[in-house]
Amino acid sequence: MILLSTSGLTKQYSGLTAVNDVNFSLPQGQIRAIIGPNGAGKSTFVGMLSGKIPSTNGTVIFKDKDITSLPAHKRIALGMAYTFQITSIFSSLSVHENVALAARRISNSTDSKTVAQRVADALDRVNLTDRYEQIAGDLSYGHQRLLEIAMGLAQSPSLFILDEPTQGLSAEEIESFIKLLKNLAGDTTILLIEHNMDVVMATADLITVLNFGEVLAEGSPAEIRANIDVQAAYLGTVNA
Amino acid sequence: MSGSITTPTNNKAKALGLHLLIIGVLAASFLILPDYHSGIIARVLILAIYAMGYNLLFGYTGLLSLGHALFFASGMYGLGLAMQYLHVSPLIGLIAGLGFAAFVSAVVGFLALRTAGVAFMIVTLMFAQAGYLTILLLGEYTRGDEGFVIKQSQRIVAGFDLTNATNRYYVSVLLFAISLLLIGWIVQSGFGKTLVAIRENEERARMLGYNVQLHKWLAVVISGTMSGSAGAAYALLFGYVGGTFATVQYSIFPLLYVLLGGAGTTIGPLIGALFMFYLIDISSQFTSAYLLVAGVALILLTLFAPQGLAGIVRKRVIRWLP
Repeated sequence: MILLSTSGLTKQYSGLTAVNDVNFSLPQGQIRAIIGPNGAGKSTFVGMLSGKIPSTNGTVIFKDKDITSLPAHKRIALGMAYTFQITSIFSSLSVHENVALAARRISNSTDSKTVAQRVADALDRVNLTDRYEQIAGDLSYGHQRLLEIAMGLAQSPSLFILDEPTQGLSAEEIESFIKLLKNLAGDTTILLIEHNMDVVMATADLITVLNFGEVLAEGSPAEIRANIDVQAAYLGTVNA
Repeated sequence: MSGSITTPTNNKAKALGLHLLIIGVLAASFLILPDYHSGIIARVLILAIYAMGYNLLFGYTGLLSLGHALFFASGMYGLGLAMQYLHVSPLIGLIAGLGFAAFVSAVVGFLALRTAGVAFMIVTLMFAQAGYLTILLLGEYTRGDEGFVIKQSQRIVAGFDLTNATNRYYVSVLLFAISLLLIGWIVQSGFGKTLVAIRENEERARMLGYNVQLHKWLAVVISGTMSGSAGAAYALLFGYVGGTFATVQYSIFPLLYVLLGGAGTTIGPLIGALFMFYLIDISSQFTSAYLLVAGVALILLTLFAPQGLAGIVRKRVIRWLP
């Protein structure tokens, strides 16, 4: 079953076309990576999926529903979660409260026991349990990234969009992040923007390559690794 | 995890305890305070309700309004006009005041929230000015700047004469208590925490699925209605309704109280109102330049304690302060 698809999705910024006519479809349960050089339009593309950025043209279908004109908060309520490329947390609130804000929004879980349980689970999965009471802004950068991921987990999304989640994480943290993603797979469909190719190769079922706002290639990790066009886009030359 | 982790439930109980203690102290104070001071406290408590309403929007939601005098005056005139011309009972008058303030804040909120930041400040200021000019324009009924007096015979609720100092004191404590407990409950609820989240990081709150615009609007309505309830109570307890209360000065007062006392704390508005009132009261006994003293105090506090008095207490001593 297709969870999310786009047709002709386009974003123009006063003359500059950041994303051009992208047709994309994401089956349920898949881990999909979106890769591409800087400025390829990756963040703009997922921004249009989550409603963070309004699209100029095209449609977005999520769970068989046309969500193109829905505001971001309604798309999130339908079961999306989004983590920001540039860490975006509530820095003066506690770690617990950050995750609780994410948990409370979902499935009308205003009941404090359910919320506490969700928060505990999410923090446990990213190993932040013992930092429960700390002010989020005092956490190290890597821990703030993990907190951001925990906020997404607490929402129990059916589609989890992660925009460069491993940026700034230590090798060890990246290792446990890969494990976490693999555990999530199946229940949760994951859309991952990632620069770290080790993470992409280790986790993705399928890779979509964007270049100049267009889909350059799509295929399994092995296929993408072998693709000459992709090499050219990344390296600027073809040394086949 | 260690057993010493303070749970949110625990903090809620502590906050409730603190609020009940403050209410208890206020109720008991009447027995020991000289008449002059109990008169002041009654007035300060009503102004503190005004500031608590203001604080919900400014301190908790992060929206700086310069037009809250409009909501205060809406409550005041809602009650005053209903009692003066429709001869309703004080309780019906109170409901009319609350209803009118809720209506005005709903409309102003809907329009003003199309803007943000400085524009929001200016738009709220303009709405309040328009409100003040309307009061002057309808001078035939509102009596404009001169105002009108609500007769003693009308200010009797269930046999209690509100012109009597004791009754007046305890009614103001009662109204303050209701408002403090209500604010305490709101800011510790999921809704209140969402307001704080919007203040801290609006974009993130939206991307967690919160309808930010709706939450802001509800904050304006609750804030405006509570400020209006203070206006209505002021008219009822002190028997006077006038256009002065709609001037820009009365929009600035709650901002000052909240800044002094501590924005985003439940007890800050009371502390700020008390502090400001007594600062002016005491300094005016020594000098005619008492506003200068108030100004200097404000500058010192802004320089050395930008979080306000209760803000410092929260930072240094009581971390769980709501």
